[in-house]
Amino acid sequence: MIAAGPDGAGRGGSGGDDGRQGTAVPLAPEVLGRLMPMFLWLGRDGRIRAAGPTLRKIVGAGPLTGDPFDAHFLLGRAPAAPGLATEGLVRRGRLHLSLRANPAAVLRGQAAALGPAGGHGVLLNLTFGIGLAEAVRDFGLTEADFAPSDLAMELLYLREAKDAVLAELKALNQRLETARRVAEAEALTDPLTGLANRRALEAALTQEVAALARGGAPFAVAHLDLDHFKAVNDTLGHAAGDHVLTRVATVLRAETRRGDVVARVGGDEFVLLLRANLDPARLTALGSRIIARLEEPCVFQGNSCRISGSIGIVLSASYPVPDPDRMLADADAALYGAKRGGRGRCTVVLPPGQGAAPDVGV
Amino acid sequence: MHGLINRSIQCFLRDTYGEALWRDVLGRAHLPPEGFEAMLHYPDPLTDAMIDAAAARLGKPRAALLEDLGAYLVTREPLRRLMRFGGTDYGEFLLSLEELQGRGLMALPDLDLPEIRLTAATAGRFLLQVRAKVAGWGPVLAGLLRAMADDYGALAIIELQQDAGGHAQLQVSLHETQFYQGRQFDLASPVVAQ
Repeated sequence: MIAAGPDGAGRGGSGGDDGRQGTAVPLAPEVLGRLMPMFLWLGRDGRIRAAGPTLRKIVGAGPLTGDPFDAHFLLGRAPAAPGLATEGLVRRGRLHLSLRANPAAVLRGQAAALGPAGGHGVLLNLTFGIGLAEAVRDFGLTEADFAPSDLAMELLYLREAKDAVLAELKALNQRLETARRVAEAEALTDPLTGLANRRALEAALTQEVAALARGGAPFAVAHLDLDHFKAVNDTLGHAAGDHVLTRVATVLRAETRRGDVVARVGGDEFVLLLRANLDPARLTALGSRIIARLEEPCVFQGNSCRISGSIGIVLSASYPVPDPDRMLADADAALYGAKRGGRGRCTVVLPPGQGAAPDVGV
Repeated sequence: MHGLINRSIQCFLRDTYGEALWRDVLGRAHLPPEGFEAMLHYPDPLTDAMIDAAAARLGKPRAALLEDLGAYLVTREPLRRLMRFGGTDYGEFLLSLEELQGRGLMALPDLDLPEIRLTAATAGRFLLQVRAKVAGWGPVLAGLLRAMADDYGALAIIELQQDAGGHAQLQVSLHETQFYQGRQFDLASPVVAQ
């Protein structure tokens, strides 16, 4: 029997006082175990006199009665100093214990002296603290292992409710992110050809210019305008025109590299942002190859559609500080130069000091 | 209405009656074309419109559909587990329903679950009064309480009634808390693959 008064001056244990009028609370260990399933009663000699059912369950070494405290428990993570007086536990205030058999399980609690001057030892009340969910899993605990006054069930409930809510939020975020990517791609894509649109081109060009200012690689801008496209559209109809535009996109994709940007910026106008092979001769060859492929006849519903194209190309190296609008305007001017020189041509504007611009017809 | 509730109804309709029915309800009730998101809020009339459209399409009384919804909710494992935190047996679970609103708020501070008051509990008989801002919780809870009785392995008869004030009330006659083996409930949450 444990008995303790409100001032900690217990009077129990010696018998004969059960019927006495007084302020002591007489408690049999079994009763105490129901209220505090993780209590531990240590005698003055540091040996266990009784333990609550949940504590016995997690220590897993039988009734524990008579075993020394430090046979099963560590103070913090270290063994208790030999001969640790039970008063020492009381003085420590908030206690952190762990189990010798399972050092990962940390227990928190406090000790109170029993009886006059701690004559009946100390009573410890322990709990799992933040490691509750892990302890429940590791020791196979059930609701019956907790006192109804313990908030453990609410904590476990809250943890699962939180996990469920977080899972929903995660799913929502995933759906929103997917929708955002689709919307972004749609906003930057020409729906007919799947090429980049003017907005995407301008963004890429701005980025490229900024990268160049930070020491990035040079690049070229090629402006392509189809020749005779209006005739196809007017005589064979819009479906034929769309077919031609789709084929132009296929040619441009095939003739450019992965890092390049191919954009349809108007009805029959295309702009290429080229990042490799910036040698003027190779650019001229590229332009000629594209024009040659555009000129290959293509058949739409039995009708032959014949088009060509004119290209103007400028290099970032031509400018001390390249400006996207300026480069586009210059490529446009070079393109019209090529058109004036007879359609189906490619003009590359060379950087200053590199001689005359080659103007190559096909 | 909290999106969680609307989405639960959406999942119930889709899982139980199929995608085609859900598409039909979406159109008939003029719901958001992409359906409901659990963590957003929607105007209350949408919920009623959804339930009415589904009941009409299925030729089922509204209350019967809502009872099926209540039973369906218990088949969702995370929700079943949250309900089982209410107590170790069905009797304790019934008593814990007074905390349902509070537990809902603990999980989601803007979740408006009905207030449930236990007005009488004599040997094996419980009377639960349901107060909510929107109608329809009575049959949902009736279906849920029946399914939870099965889950606990209890033998109970649940009757949906109306009190003098026109509020839904549930009369539960609990004949046996452990009539047969209920479903397993481990306090430790199952490990979910991320």
